[in-house]
Amino acid sequence: MAGAGGGNSDVQWCFSQVKGAIDDDVAEADIISTVEFNHSGELLATGDKGGRVVIFQQEPESKNQPQCRGEYNVYSTFQSHEPEFDYLKSLEIEEKINKIRWLPQKNAAQFLLSTNDKTIKLWKISERDKRPEGYNLKEEDGRYRDLNTVTTLRVPVFKPMDLMVEASPRRVFSNAHTYHINSISVNSDCETYLSADDLRINLWNLEINDRSFNIVDIKPANMEELTEVITAAEFHPNQCNTFVYSSSKGTIRLCDMRASALCDKHAKQFEEPEDPNNRSFFSEIISSISDVKFSHSGRYMMTRDYLSVKIWDLNMESRPVETYQVHEYLRSKLCSLYENDCIFDKFECCWNGNDSVVMTGSYNNFFRMFDRGYRQDVTLEASRENSKPRSVLKPRKVSTGGKRKKDEISVDSLDFNKKILHTAWHPLDNIIAVATTNNLYIFQEKLN
Amino acid sequence: MSGDNEEPQTAEETSVDEKGVQDKMISPEKSEEAKLKTRYPNLGNKPGGSDLLRKRLQKGQKYFDSGDYNMAKAKIKNKQLPTAAPEKTEITGDHIPTPQDLPQRKPSLVASKLAG
Repeated sequence: MAGAGGGNSDVQWCFSQVKGAIDDDVAEADIISTVEFNHSGELLATGDKGGRVVIFQQEPESKNQPQCRGEYNVYSTFQSHEPEFDYLKSLEIEEKINKIRWLPQKNAAQFLLSTNDKTIKLWKISERDKRPEGYNLKEEDGRYRDLNTVTTLRVPVFKPMDLMVEASPRRVFSNAHTYHINSISVNSDCETYLSADDLRINLWNLEINDRSFNIVDIKPANMEELTEVITAAEFHPNQCNTFVYSSSKGTIRLCDMRASALCDKHAKQFEEPEDPNNRSFFSEIISSISDVKFSHSGRYMMTRDYLSVKIWDLNMESRPVETYQVHEYLRSKLCSLYENDCIFDKFECCWNGNDSVVMTGSYNNFFRMFDRGYRQDVTLEASRENSKPRSVLKPRKVSTGGKRKKDEISVDSLDFNKKILHTAWHPLDNIIAVATTNNLYIFQEKLN
Repeated sequence: MSGDNEEPQTAEETSVDEKGVQDKMISPEKSEEAKLKTRYPNLGNKPGGSDLLRKRLQKGQKYFDSGDYNMAKAKIKNKQLPTAAPEKTEITGDHIPTPQDLPQRKPSLVASKLAG
């Protein structure tokens, strides 16, 4: 099986680029914590544990290499968040960027929201490629001319200069979250966005940073009665009144903001019934949803729990319409995965542009794609060994039984420190960005 | 007779017939649970409940409350009076840090290696 993608089962994936240091000694600050394409796919943003954002821009396709889509090169990089210490609550606030979300482009500048555990920031990224020259009263270096020497009048002219990309923080949205922010989502109205922490969801206006509305609050009156937390939240892609949030108990609640100001009563609750006979110590932990994403069409949503990816039809709350096993072989390793904390890893998932394929990460730098139409899945690997330009990625396989075929890898040989938690799919083309611990891989569809 | 007879086929759906067989085989999850219980017999019965969640909510907390903070500060003050140690000892296990002791977490001025 060659690959999975774009509804055409013959899609093959090739290595395109890899960003980041080669050395094995990974500094904590370099750990990639989020990856996101913008709405056109021209820009690709990454955030890391050190609070930095790096934005890559796709080069226009060159006539010399029509079989290859443009490469992504560094466009801008800036320090988005810094470490803080809240003395009042005795809380260390990490600068790690939890999420980046792009705003749809409205003018020449680009805008994105980036958030750490406590503060969301709106960044404006703008280009400057010309500057005024020939001032009447100033020298080129800025010194004012002696007025006695000014004998003629001249008007400054804009002359081209080397492209400068500037990032400036336009809004800082702070002090609205007691708990740790896990999600931000821009509304389709392009005026508002939501931010979600473990127990609450707030609604903001992008223009107003000193006020936000609480729209979901699941904090119990008595914290001893706490049974679940919010793990992710997202606005519907085209219904501006609808959003969903997932929980650590494996449920997803859909809320309609038209119903009431406080959306504690959900409009729909999506939950797969559990077989009580199969319940174990691990059941609730592995059912915790780590990511929820609407399809581009808005008809479906996808959830990721520890072992699987589920597709839900918004019209059916009783069970998912599709379930894909990411790494079912880990079910017999749950004891050690609990001991080394891997069972709490939060994997994300993403859709391709036309909602026909979904992708998510796994361990050993493996990532998985599931083609919904052709009912095919493939396991690929992000590694420097397969990093020759345009080399086709070979499907990988994990052997679960006793007999291990050649080229297969056994479950016990998997490296659980090499996790792919963050992946992103270009909104239009078959280009994917896959983040290993500290490297960013870009793969493209093989074009002939 | 319920309307659920035509169920959409999911990838890993177990049919009713297999349930009998499964009852006889211990599910991998249950055997993993047994393994865990033998290693940690004191593990509570409500794992996904309050304890785990509260630990998650308290991530990053250095002191339990202001009383804790003031006690720590007082302890350090008392300790410092008798022994005028010229060099600062390393902050390890039994020394509860005060804000003065916490290493100033300097923001990273180094550019990301992704941009290199």
